Formats: sequence, structure tokens, C-alpha cells
Amino acid sequence: MAHGFLVHEDHDDVGVAVRDLQAGEAVTGVYQRSLNETQVTLRDAVPLGHKVALKELHRGDEVIEYDEVIGVATQPIEVGNHVHVHNIKSVRWA
Amino acid sequence: MEQTTFWGYRRANGAVGSRNYVAIIPVDDLSNAAVEGVAHLAPGTLPLPHPYGRLQFGEDLDLHFRTLIGTGSNANIAAAVVIGIEPNWTKKIVDGIAMTGKPVADFSIEGHGDTDTIASAVRQAREFLYYASELRREEVPIADAIFSTKCGESDTTSGLGSNPAVGVALDWLVDHGARVIFGETTEITGAEHIIAERCINDTVRSRYLAMHENYQELVRSQGVDLLGSQPTQGNIAGGLSTIEEKALGNIQKTGTSPIVDALGPAVAPTVKGLNFMDSSSAAAEFITLMGAAGSVFHFFTTGQGNIVGNPVVPVLKTTANPSTAKSMAEHIDVDLSGLLSMEMTLKQAGQALLDMMFRNLNGRLTATEVLGHKEFVLTKLYRSS
Repeated sequence: MAHGFLVHEDHDDVGVAVRDLQAGEAVTGVYQRSLNETQVTLRDAVPLGHKVALKELHRGDEVIEYDEVIGVATQPIEVGNHVHVHNIKSVRWA
Repeated sequence: MEQTTFWGYRRANGAVGSRNYVAIIPVDDLSNAAVEGVAHLAPGTLPLPHPYGRLQFGEDLDLHFRTLIGTGSNANIAAAVVIGIEPNWTKKIVDGIAMTGKPVADFSIEGHGDTDTIASAVRQAREFLYYASELRREEVPIADAIFSTKCGESDTTSGLGSNPAVGVALDWLVDHGARVIFGETTEITGAEHIIAERCINDTVRSRYLAMHENYQELVRSQGVDLLGSQPTQGNIAGGLSTIEEKALGNIQKTGTSPIVDALGPAVAPTVKGLNFMDSSSAAAEFITLMGAAGSVFHFFTTGQGNIVGNPVVPVLKTTANPSTAKSMAEHIDVDLSGLLSMEMTLKQAGQALLDMMFRNLNGRLTATEVLGHKEFVLTKLYRSS
């Protein structure tokens, strides 16, 4: 398949890998709703099902997926970084 | 023409089922040995052993009775034998099941011992087997059936693929007049505002929000949070980072229908459409509650590969995770990994689920049934006296 990740909504900060992605890889992502495409060069390896940052985020910034808040950044995050429990956390149980 | 009926069993109270069991139900933990004895001597019956039923009280005892009565009343069960240590609670459960008009009989052990109880109960169970074996499937509308859904060992592929596909299937069922139940009070934390908005009126909304808040309060009262438990280790391995992300993926499977009622645990839905049930997110407990509420078919999505089944309710298992679809193929009824590779649309995926649902409702066994998964787990609200 040509794409490496999918994005739920057009304004989301993260996409979800649909296969294991390698650091350094230039990867195409598809927005599920609009079918628009985007390209990101990965700074980290991102395994299948894990998230890749599509926007730069500062510590404390809300992280948007599904057009909703899924947590806040605990570290500065750059476009192409792997986004997971090491750099974001829940707002609800934290 | 679009298919809106299946070949099912119509019970005396009008409920329709997809299976035709003779259940052997213990009232309490002590009666499991007799139940197993009966099932051994009457092969073809369905024993439902469980660990509870002694010295429970209040709401917890009510739920125990409601779950066992509801399970015996499920339209997938043709007839039931109930065995308890003493006659009063046993009779209470039998009277509850008898309200459906199906054949049901009670046996108690005190004053008789296991052996004589088994001898009497097995004779009755054999009569029920003859009775059930002559019942025939007939054409029944989807609108008369109850369905349920839950996800387990979820990962981000659940929110991307399998959950929205189940959402498409459930929207179709609701549009065709079925009753559908979802729940998982805890796992909706972070998406409760969306569920609340979808409640059909303020009464249902405030009842739902009270159930949600009640659970948050229980967690707070323990002086803990659920970090470390929610998301689970399996969820995190699959890429889910927070409870909010898990919740937003979770509710994709509820589709877009309005939420017509907020039910207590194991309470049967009376309103057609999408119903919420206050329930644990633990898979086996959840599906047991659904069966007690009358569900005769369950849609279960998984990311990393939850293998749960239920003795009474056939469980259709689906995943959009290509690794899981391959490594755990024997557990998967419908492979939706084409959603991730964009070789399949959501509409096609929803249709694939409905196609398999009809085959399963008509009698095809699900993977969980073929593999022998019969997890029957009662929800216990607090410790016994």
C-alpha cells in the first residue's frame, strides 16, 4: 500500500501507522474523512498502530485526535516524532 | 431484496434466539458439582457453573438474581434446570425464568444430597433435551432480536477500522428496529460528553451521567486512579496512550444512532434502538451481563487479540489489525484489515459484518463456539456478608 498512516480528522495532531514505519522514512498519510494526503519524514520508528506527530507540540499543549483532546504533551514533540506514553499523558487520570 | 429476517427460535414470550440450549444453572457455588454431574449424564445440555450466590445482600444480591434469571430467560435457551443448595432462592430464580413461559424446573440439594439431586435433575434435563430437539427454526425479523457489542484488547486499529465498521452494522440494525446494547462505563471516560449529547432526552442523559459519575466516585473513594489499569498493557503495546484516546476509539462502534435508554446492569432493554448499560469493561463479565439482558448475538472487536466467548451468546470476533488477523486467524470471524490498507470501505466492512451475522444467526458457529470459549462470569458489586 502507498500510504503509511491514516488520520481520523483533518485537524488532528497525530496520525496512526498502518504498518511498521522506520526512522528517516518519508511517509504518505491519508485523512480518513477528506481523503486528502500529507507527507511526513519520520524522526523515530513508529510501529503499526502507534501514532506519529503531524504538528509541533509544546509541553502542556493539548493533543488532538478524533477532533477531540486525547491528552497533553509532557515533552516537546516535533513533526515526525513517535507519540505515546513517553511524551503525552491523560488529562483525566493524571 | 435486502435481508431483514433470519432463521431463529421463537420463544413463548415472543423473544427470538439464534441458539437452542438446555441450560443447567447453579444458584450458588456449592451447587456446581451437581450441575456438572447432570451435564455429564445428559450430554448436550449446557452447564453454567459460577463462583457466587452465598451471603450476598442488597444491590449485589439483586444483580445476582437478575443475572441468573435473565440468563435462563435468554431466547437462546429453550429450557432450564436450576439447582441450588436450598429451595427458596432456587424457586425464586425458577419463578423468574418461568415468566417467559419456557419449561424450567428447580432442584435443591439440602435433605437429598448431591447424588439423589443429580438423579432427579438429570431425568428432567433429558426430557428438556427431547423437547428442545423438536423445536424448529422459523423466519423471524431482526426487529425482534437483541444485539450487543464490546471491544477488547483494543489498539488504535480498533478506532481506525473495526469499531467504526461495527458502528455501521449497528446503525443498520437500529434502523431496522432491533434493540442494541453497548456499555463499558469506565472505558467511556474521556468521551462521556459525546455519549451524553447523543442521549435522546434529559431523563436518559441524567441517568447516564449519574452512572458515569458514580463510577468515577468509586475510583476516587479507593484513593487511586486507573492509570496502570486503563489503558491496559495490551492497549499500550498496541499504541493507545491514554484513556481518552481509548474511549474515543471505543465509542466509534456505537455508530450514530441516538441513545434511547440507560440501563442498570443485566436489565433487559425495552426500547428499540441503541441502549447504554452501566457495566464493567472486563470482557467476560460484560458479555455475561448482555446475555442476562437478552442479547442473542454479540459483536466483539479486538486489536491485539482478545479471545473471549460466552456459553449462551454467540460472539462474532473481528479485527482490523493485519498482524492479529494473521497470527490469530482461528479466533477471527471477519478480517477487516482491508480497512487499514484502504482496500475496503467502511460501508463494505459493515456489510461484511452483517453478512456473517446472518450466517451466524441462522446457525453457523462462530470462532468462539468452535474453539469452546464459554466464559460465564457474574459481576459482583461488593464483598459478601
